[in-house]
Amino acid sequence: MLEVAHLDAGYGDHQVLWDVSIRVADGEVVALLGPNGSGKSSLMNSVSRLVTRLGGTIVFDGVALHELPAYKLPRHGLSHVLERHRMFPQMTVLENLQLGAGPGASRDKVARGLDKAYALFPRLRERTRQVAGSLSGGEQQMCAIARGLMSEPRLLLVDEPFIGLSPHMRAEVDAAIRRINGEGVAILLIEQNVAVSLAMSHRAYILREGRVVLEGRSAELAAGDAVPQAFLGRIQPARPN
Amino acid sequence: MSEQLIIQLLVSGLGMGFIFALIAIGLTLIYGVMGVVNFAHGEFIMLGMYATYLAYVTWGVDPVLSLPLVVALMFCFGLVVYYVLIRRVLQGSMQSQIFATFGLMVFLQAAAQFVMGADYFAVRNSWLSGVVKLDGVVLPVPHIAAVVGASLATVLLYLLVFRTSVGRQLRAASQDAQAAATLGINGSLMYAFAWGIGAACVGVAASLLANFYYIFPRVGAVFVLLAYVAVALGGFGSIHGALLAGVLIGLMQVVIGFFVSSELKYVPVYLLYLAVVLVRPRGLFGRS
Ligand SMILES: Nc1ncnc2c1ncn2[C@@H]1O[C@H](COP(=O)(O)OP(=O)(O)OP(=O)(O)O)[C@@H](O)[C@H]1O
Ligand SMILES: [Mg+2]
Repeated sequence: MLEVAHLDAGYGDHQVLWDVSIRVADGEVVALLGPNGSGKSSLMNSVSRLVTRLGGTIVFDGVALHELPAYKLPRHGLSHVLERHRMFPQMTVLENLQLGAGPGASRDKVARGLDKAYALFPRLRERTRQVAGSLSGGEQQMCAIARGLMSEPRLLLVDEPFIGLSPHMRAEVDAAIRRINGEGVAILLIEQNVAVSLAMSHRAYILREGRVVLEGRSAELAAGDAVPQAFLGRIQPARPN
Repeated sequence: MSEQLIIQLLVSGLGMGFIFALIAIGLTLIYGVMGVVNFAHGEFIMLGMYATYLAYVTWGVDPVLSLPLVVALMFCFGLVVYYVLIRRVLQGSMQSQIFATFGLMVFLQAAAQFVMGADYFAVRNSWLSGVVKLDGVVLPVPHIAAVVGASLATVLLYLLVFRTSVGRQLRAASQDAQAAATLGINGSLMYAFAWGIGAACVGVAASLLANFYYIFPRVGAVFVLLAYVAVALGGFGSIHGALLAGVLIGLMQVVIGFFVSSELKYVPVYLLYLAVVLVRPRGLFGRS
């Protein structure tokens, strides 16, 4: 469904991704792993068109995303929950969720989305009228995921949803992500904890210094010691001349 | 001091206050959404006033009737300014943005001088002229119209920004353009909309002002300076702040102009501004 091929990307002249190719199939959970600064967020943000593409292609169900501006992606079924949740702190939970449904969303779609959001995270229901900035970090993360689902995506990108969460909140978010995937939404996930990340995903890509150095089925990666090796830089990417 | 006098001062103070507030809200809206200070804002007022005047003397359309037209025209003018000028300098440096709106100010003033000359014009004998007498209180009709019209416009603006889907998108884009984009919000469209609404607010103020104030190429400067003060006082980007500070400034300058001296009427306003900015640099409602 998502096919990123030979992607080069960066900030202005400062290139941070080189020749990155990844794919996500229908219904799959795919994890992106790698040390800090290896380019996981930059890759995800390139897919959602927030980072400048210098080369390569990004195709989603036949649509060339690399030709579209960021704001057109939700209507093609792709949604992105950014790093650090990025809630609008002065708006209420409800307003944040309504925004998630997209401009010009029908009342039906909003109502459907809200029902789903509250079913997924019951604690949001009592907080509807509260401004998002007054929620705990974990609640804001939940709200951000719920907001990302309001547009009814087929592929959800989630960047570090567990960061700074209490164990209890982690479990709740973990369960929610599994449930979302269980309903047929494919997921591209960034999570720093290798064990958690591999346990939650079907396949994984390991990035280092802006390149994919390892990829494979999560169960197999979890069994061997290739992942720590890749983190330490002992596995070099195959470099085409 | 008599009750009548208090009511008279209150009405003209509130009238000026809501007009300052509308001008300031337009300014703060544009700034809040895209971080651009519109130095040509005063010239937007001037354009709105000339439009009202010309509609009156050329076609005999009373300011009351031309108000919606002037507002619509100013909305379109705001869009044009955004698409023709601002959009091109958005990626550029702070300096190029300043020069763009500053240049627009110089251009509009010179254009007005060229087309209309430096003469002072006034809308005379419109429907909103004269005074009403109630229980010994003498109230100029244009001042009453300013209070009613400008406060009504402020309410409508609040509903638009805080109660509609478009307003929600506008606030989202102004708070976090990137996050808004991931939710399907077209940032450029929101910027254009902010310019349109900002100019439309000025259109309301200008149309109401034309009933009781002279019209000349530099008329904008008279009002916009205090609107900048209102924006800074209220906190850059804050609509509530601009509203409160605008009304406060209007009341202050009328009351002080009456009791102290009209030459000194701006002094306490700037003193208040200095005091607030020294104690709380981000203004009353500003975000740090
Ligand atoms: N806005 C930016 N402007 C310039 N360079 C950036 C920007 N964001 C990230 N970078 C650079 O891009 C590289 C990759 O960063 P990125 O945030 O994608 O890594 P990451 O794998 O997500 O790291 P983390 O695990 O810390 O979130 C780093 O060298 C970083 O300094
Ligand atoms: Mg990151």
